[in-house]
Amino acid sequence: MSNYPDENGRFGAFGGRFVAETLMPPILELEAAYSEARNDPNFQEEFDEFAAHYVGRPSPLYFAERLTEHAGGAKIYLKRDELNHTGAHKINNCLGQLLLAKRMGKTRIIAETGAGQHGVATATMAARLGMDCIVFMGETDIVRQKPNVFRMKLLGAEVRPVTSGTATLKDAMNEALRDWVTNVENTFYCIGTVAGPHPYPEMVREFQAVIGREAKAQLKEREGRLPDAVVACIGGGSNAMGLFHDFVPEKSVRLIGVEAAGRGVDTGLHAASLTGGAPGILHGNRTYLLQDEDGQICDAHSISAGLDYPGIGPEHAYLHDIGRAEYVSATDDEALEAFQLCARLEGILPALEPSHAIPRTLELAKELGPDGLIIMNMCGRGDKDVFTIADALGVEI
Amino acid sequence: MTKRIDSTFSRLRSENKAGFVAYFMGGDPDYDTSLEIMKGLPKAGADIIELGMPFTDPAADGPVIELAGLRSLKSKTTLKSILKMATEFRKENNETPIIVMGYANPVHHMGYAEFAAAAKQAGIDGAIIVDLPPEEDADLRAAFDDHDLALIRLATPTTDDARLPVVVKGTKGFVYYVSVAGITGKALGASEAVANAVERIRTASGLPVVVGFGIKTPEQARSVAQDADAAVVGSAIVDAIAKTLDENGQATSTTISAPLALVRSLSAAAHEPRI
Repeated sequence: MSNYPDENGRFGAFGGRFVAETLMPPILELEAAYSEARNDPNFQEEFDEFAAHYVGRPSPLYFAERLTEHAGGAKIYLKRDELNHTGAHKINNCLGQLLLAKRMGKTRIIAETGAGQHGVATATMAARLGMDCIVFMGETDIVRQKPNVFRMKLLGAEVRPVTSGTATLKDAMNEALRDWVTNVENTFYCIGTVAGPHPYPEMVREFQAVIGREAKAQLKEREGRLPDAVVACIGGGSNAMGLFHDFVPEKSVRLIGVEAAGRGVDTGLHAASLTGGAPGILHGNRTYLLQDEDGQICDAHSISAGLDYPGIGPEHAYLHDIGRAEYVSATDDEALEAFQLCARLEGILPALEPSHAIPRTLELAKELGPDGLIIMNMCGRGDKDVFTIADALGVEI
Repeated sequence: MTKRIDSTFSRLRSENKAGFVAYFMGGDPDYDTSLEIMKGLPKAGADIIELGMPFTDPAADGPVIELAGLRSLKSKTTLKSILKMATEFRKENNETPIIVMGYANPVHHMGYAEFAAAAKQAGIDGAIIVDLPPEEDADLRAAFDDHDLALIRLATPTTDDARLPVVVKGTKGFVYYVSVAGITGKALGASEAVANAVERIRTASGLPVVVGFGIKTPEQARSVAQDADAAVVGSAIVDAIAKTLDENGQATSTTISAPLALVRSLSAAAHEPRI
C-alpha cells in the first residue's frame, strides 16, 4: 500500500495532476527535484538536523491520564505536535519543502493559509532560509486569525488578503495558483496539506510521516505494542496522513479521521468532504468535494479555519473507498466542549482543529475498554483560537 | 463536430486572412442577454465562438472572468443552460463553430459520456477544459471522439520542445496558444516570441494555431493576426459587458451593443490582409 501513488500521482481513482498547461512543466520539474532529493542522504541529513534542533523533534508522546480516566476505557496517548516550533505540525512540511526550494534555486516562496498555522510555518522557514515569502489568506480568515496574521508579518512575510469567492482557504489556494502560474520561473509554491497536483500529496505525506514513525516507536517503548487505533482531525488531511502513514500496513491498527461537521452534516453548513461530498476535480486533484448538483463547489463551514476546506487529500479519499481508514465527524459545538474539557483536565489548550478529534477519541476509548491503546494527534495548540473561542462562548476579553 | 472548425479555417486560408475568436461567459449577466450577445457575434465578425462555462473556482482566470462567472452563477446558470444556449444559437446559425470553455468539475460531475452526447446534440463543436492537461484528458477525449467533437489543447510559453509533442498528440480542430505564462487578462506576450511559438506549434501539430491571452486593442489583434491563424479575445469582451451593468450587476440598454461594437472593431483589425 505504501507503493501509492503510482507514477501518475494516482491513489486508485484519486489524485492526479489536474492543472492548467502552464503549470505542467513546473510540477514535473518539482517532481523530478523531489525524487532526486529524497534519495540524497544529504537532504535527509539536513532535514533531520533542522527537525531536531530548530523544530524540536521528536515531539513527546504523552499519556493523557485524566482524559483517559474521564473516558473510562482505553489509554489515550497524545502525540504532542503542538509543541513544535510555531505550534503545530505544519512546520514539518514547510521545513521539507523550503529546503527543497532552496535546492532548486527558487528565491520566492508562496503559500496559502486558512488558520494561519501553515502561513506562519512557511514564513518562519522562509525567514530562517533567507527567502521572500508571500502568504495568501482569505479575508474572512484574516479577521478570525488576527494573531497569526501579525506573526507572519513579524516574520517578514507579506500577507495578501484574498477577497474572491468566500474569502477562505479554497480561495487563498486559487489565488496562490494564479500567482504561481504568473511567476513560475523563480517561485516555489509551498502547499500546506496532502492535496493539490502530484507530487504534493505524496511529498507532504512524506514530510509529515515523521509524526507516525515517532509515535509508533514511542508507544512501542512505553507499552511494548502497536496501538489499537490512531485518531486525527482532517481538513486537507496532512496531520492525519502524517500519523496514519506508518500504520497503514499494520492491519490491526484502526485509522480514524475526524472531519469538521460544522453545525451538523445534515445542515449543509459543514466541511466534511468524505461524509457529505462526492468525487470531483479541484485544485489539481481528483478527490471528494463539497459540491452542488451542477458540480459547483460549495462553501465549507467550520468554527476551525484550518478545517474549513471543501476538499480532502486524495489519499484519504482512497483509504476511505477501500475501507482501510474510517472517517467520522464532529460538530463545532462538540469541538468547543472538547477544547474546554482538555484545557481543564490536561492543562493543554488544543487548537480548534484537534479539538474535533477529542470527542471521537473519548468515545472510542470507551468502546475499546481498558485494555485498548489509542494515539491521538494533538497537531496544534490553541493560543491562536482564544478570540474565536471567547466569541463562541459569549465572553469579552 | 470538427467539420465546422475545419471549414472555417479553410475559408480563412483561402481568403488569406486570420480569423477572430470571441470569448464570452455564458449566462453573464443573465441567460437572455447572454444569448442575444452570442447571436450577434457572427455578424460582428467572430469566426469562432468560445462559450464560457462558469465555475466557482476558476484558478487559471483573472478577476475579470472570475467575476463574470460569479455573475453568471448568481443568475442560476448551469451546464444544462449553457448547452441550451448553444441549441438556441444553432437554430439560426449552422456555420460558426462553438467551443465551450471551462473547468473540469462540472463536466466530470455530469459525466464525460453524457456531456459529450449532450454537447453534440446542442451543436457544439469542441471544448477547452483548462484544468485537464493531456495527462488527465484521456477519458474525456475518448467520449469526445465517439461524437467527433474536438478537445482542444492549450500550449503555453512553458511548453518546451520536449513537452510539445505530448500536448499536440491526439488534439483536433486547432491548438490554442496562451501567449503569456499567467492568468487571463494579463499583458500580451512579445510579438516575436509569439510568432516563433506559433510556427513551432503549427509544425508540431499540423493544425491551425489561435493565439489568446492579453489581446485588448485592434492594434494588438492586427499584430497577432500577422502570424496566428486566429486571434482570441476574452477578458476585453467580458469587461465591455461588465462596464455596462448597473450597480446590482443587471443588464442595461447597452449590455448587448457594447461588447458587439468592440468585437466589430477587433475583428476588423484581425481580418485585415496580412502585410
